[in-house]
Amino acid sequence: MTTTTDDTQHDSHADDHHEHHIPYGITRWLYTTNHKDIGTLYLWFAFIMFLIGGAMAMVIRAELFQPGLQIVEPHFFNQMTTVHGLIMVFGAVMPAFTGLANWLIPMMIGAPDMALPRMNNWSFWILPFAFLILLSSLFLEGGGPAFGWTFYAPLSTTYSADSTALFVFAVHIMGASSIMGAINVIVTIFNMRAPGMTWMKMPLFVWTWLITAFLLIAVMPVLAGAVTMVLTDKFFGTSFFDAAGGGDPVMFQHIFWFFGHPEVYIMILPAFGIISAIIPTFARKRLFGYASMVYATASIALLSFIVWAHHMFTTGMPVAAELFFMFATMLISVPTGVKIFNWVATMWRGSMTFEVPMLFAIAFIVLFTIGGLSGLMLAIVPVDFQYHDTYFVVAHFHYVLVTGAIFSIMAAVYYWLPKWTGKMFHIGLAKWHFWCSLISVNVLFFPMHFVGLAGMPRRIPDYALQFADFNKWISIGGFAFGLSQLIFLVLLIKACKKQGEPVSAQVWEGAEGLEWEIPSPAPYHTFETPPVVK
Amino acid sequence: MLSALMTTPVFAESKDHIEQYQLNMTKGVTDISAGVYDMHMLMFIICVVIGAAVFIAMFISMYFHRKSRGAKPANFHESVKVEIAWTVIPFVILVVMAVPAMNLLIDMEDASEPDVSILVTGSQWKWHYKYMDNDVEYYSKLATQADQISGKLPKGENYLLEVDRPLVIPTGQKVRFLITSDDVIHSWWVPDFGFKQDANPGFINDAWTNVNEPGVYRGQCAELCGKDHGFMPIVVIAKEPAEYSKWISEQEAVQQQAKAEEQRLLSMNMTMDEAMEQGENVYNANCAACHMPNGEGLPGVFPALKGSQIAVADQPKHIDILINGVTGSAMQSYAKQLTMSEIAAVVTYERNAWGNDTGDLVQAKDINSAMNGQ
Repeated sequence: MTTTTDDTQHDSHADDHHEHHIPYGITRWLYTTNHKDIGTLYLWFAFIMFLIGGAMAMVIRAELFQPGLQIVEPHFFNQMTTVHGLIMVFGAVMPAFTGLANWLIPMMIGAPDMALPRMNNWSFWILPFAFLILLSSLFLEGGGPAFGWTFYAPLSTTYSADSTALFVFAVHIMGASSIMGAINVIVTIFNMRAPGMTWMKMPLFVWTWLITAFLLIAVMPVLAGAVTMVLTDKFFGTSFFDAAGGGDPVMFQHIFWFFGHPEVYIMILPAFGIISAIIPTFARKRLFGYASMVYATASIALLSFIVWAHHMFTTGMPVAAELFFMFATMLISVPTGVKIFNWVATMWRGSMTFEVPMLFAIAFIVLFTIGGLSGLMLAIVPVDFQYHDTYFVVAHFHYVLVTGAIFSIMAAVYYWLPKWTGKMFHIGLAKWHFWCSLISVNVLFFPMHFVGLAGMPRRIPDYALQFADFNKWISIGGFAFGLSQLIFLVLLIKACKKQGEPVSAQVWEGAEGLEWEIPSPAPYHTFETPPVVK
Repeated sequence: MLSALMTTPVFAESKDHIEQYQLNMTKGVTDISAGVYDMHMLMFIICVVIGAAVFIAMFISMYFHRKSRGAKPANFHESVKVEIAWTVIPFVILVVMAVPAMNLLIDMEDASEPDVSILVTGSQWKWHYKYMDNDVEYYSKLATQADQISGKLPKGENYLLEVDRPLVIPTGQKVRFLITSDDVIHSWWVPDFGFKQDANPGFINDAWTNVNEPGVYRGQCAELCGKDHGFMPIVVIAKEPAEYSKWISEQEAVQQQAKAEEQRLLSMNMTMDEAMEQGENVYNANCAACHMPNGEGLPGVFPALKGSQIAVADQPKHIDILINGVTGSAMQSYAKQLTMSEIAAVVTYERNAWGNDTGDLVQAKDINSAMNGQ
């Protein structure tokens, strides 16, 4: 990492009269308040968590490779599904987006840094401790959380292991980190835009993150409330979710999903911003319907607060409530559809090339659309009674989260990596990574639709014989997808060692925006004098 | 190993009957489940058409409007008319979906005027069925042998989808299920009936079915309910109404007799060997899932019985736990799940197995007096 220091120091000497030395060694990373360093920390942390959560998915798929119990006990299997979900949601996808926000938002709006740099440092550095606590609970007597990432009461209260307390504290810390990150994004965007960077000139990534940040501030406290009630129900004799004490276990699900559904959009709105940046670049044509993209994002965010109970159609709600949540959920497909149509219209009569970020972006549009359409099917209450809690649902949310959110993150990394390092990444490896991931991810998740429709429930360590053949294929796809990510790891290590061809400031022929006007690699300090946006 | 080899041909033969690579949802055996299937296919076809339209437009564009073919980018980047069109048209399609969905849902949720009502109670990890109009109730548990799960024996045709005592319902009659739970949330699901309904502790949900064809229908618990969530199947046998009436009155008589028999057995004493033999069977069927066949439990989750203070010393407490369960834990009350002589046998077994060796022999009358608070 010392090379980074040398390069950037050189640039900053040339560009401005910045005299102080860039810190080096471990303290550079521990004490840093620089948005680029913190962005890098977030991204590496997310990638490590992605590999750990992925390793747990490998355990799950190995056990499900054939019928019978071969590798793990059911109790450990449940811990794997639970912690896999928690790590991927809170450890991989959310920190990766926060890392991208840190790197890109100041550069995109012409700000020198995030508005609250010390809080920025803190919001990152509490995260590793949250996950150390969570992962260490797996080694305690009774094991870690085994009640699913949704921790439905009373399975997570009366019937859980004592390590639940650690789970609760870990979630509290993650929540605090997310809230601080969100405050920082909002304050930065409201106060630090360069002169002339009006609201409707902001890149869509900035817009989508601004809206995401409001969602985070609205719902993370709700999650904190839910875990606190679980804690007091389990350890301090309250009865929020226990009917015997006047509580209601279904109320837990209402509270959880009031957090949980906006959470889903927290994990996809920034992806929309990324795709809206990449498609115009490689189509060499302005984004179609910029304003409608902004309004569509805002509508999705608002609707996300009134659809939560579509996760709970089988809990025994009144018909009127089921109808309301069905209609509200179906409505979300309108603004989401608008986005997809706008991307296709952007590509239409463009002049397209297919560099690696574009490949991931196109895969995103196709596969996210598949996930979105199965989501529309799931919204229909009478058929959801069949789909609910089967592998059809597992297929659906992995299409939107893996080939949606995670593919968008990979697209973003390939798109901005040359700007960050100043060198083009290894294109051969990147293409291998793309094609291996694309094929294996579909072998992994597509047959899940079939076993789900055929009647295989989620979260079971063993299954009836008619599901055996598809599960074998799903597991093979899973192992291949897991191995494909090692190509990405090698590529990233090479990139961090500054291997590759130097790139220009613009990097990609069609790229537009403030971040492409500063040199590559981006100097340690940028826009100390604000640029003027015309 | 030898037995495994010998039974392999049977296994291979039976495997042919299982539909491998089933791709789609079942049509089921009720009018509702057929309606659900039709709704599912309608949704599926609309989604495929929308998806295909989007992808074709994309791929045409990717083929013709690529730089390598010399495409020059156009300049357009907004059109209010187009934007309105692709907001309004999807909305209209949604209405087309919503109307039949709403009608079907209203039919599904109308559980009024049932012919038969059955109380379905989930608990870790079995189902309890109580016929509300007859004096019949029983537990229904996984019947697949542990050796099949661990791979020591070949897996049978209905591996993990078989129970000791299936639920029996009449065909052509409206059967209402009142669904609840004794511990965590479970979910009662038979795909052929076209619905699943959560079993919430402390609350009762209802659902109904009206099965058209006699047959055996299999399903599973669909809500994560702890360690053995995957081992909690449901089997329903639908019989012609006449056969059903015959079956239910037989069951009434059998259960009546069993109660009388239990009273009679109060005066009988088991020998140690009898108690240990019966106790081991009861233990393996009811207790081993949590406390493990070796009595060592799962540290931090399910306590060990081997060498535990209660199992080697405090006999009244031991009996009390079996009768009343332990509040705030996964330990259920077995007063209704087992007969008094079964409880006596399993207590005896637990006090003498795995080196507990207390020599205590508990009799059904001891359980009876504990139950009556003496």
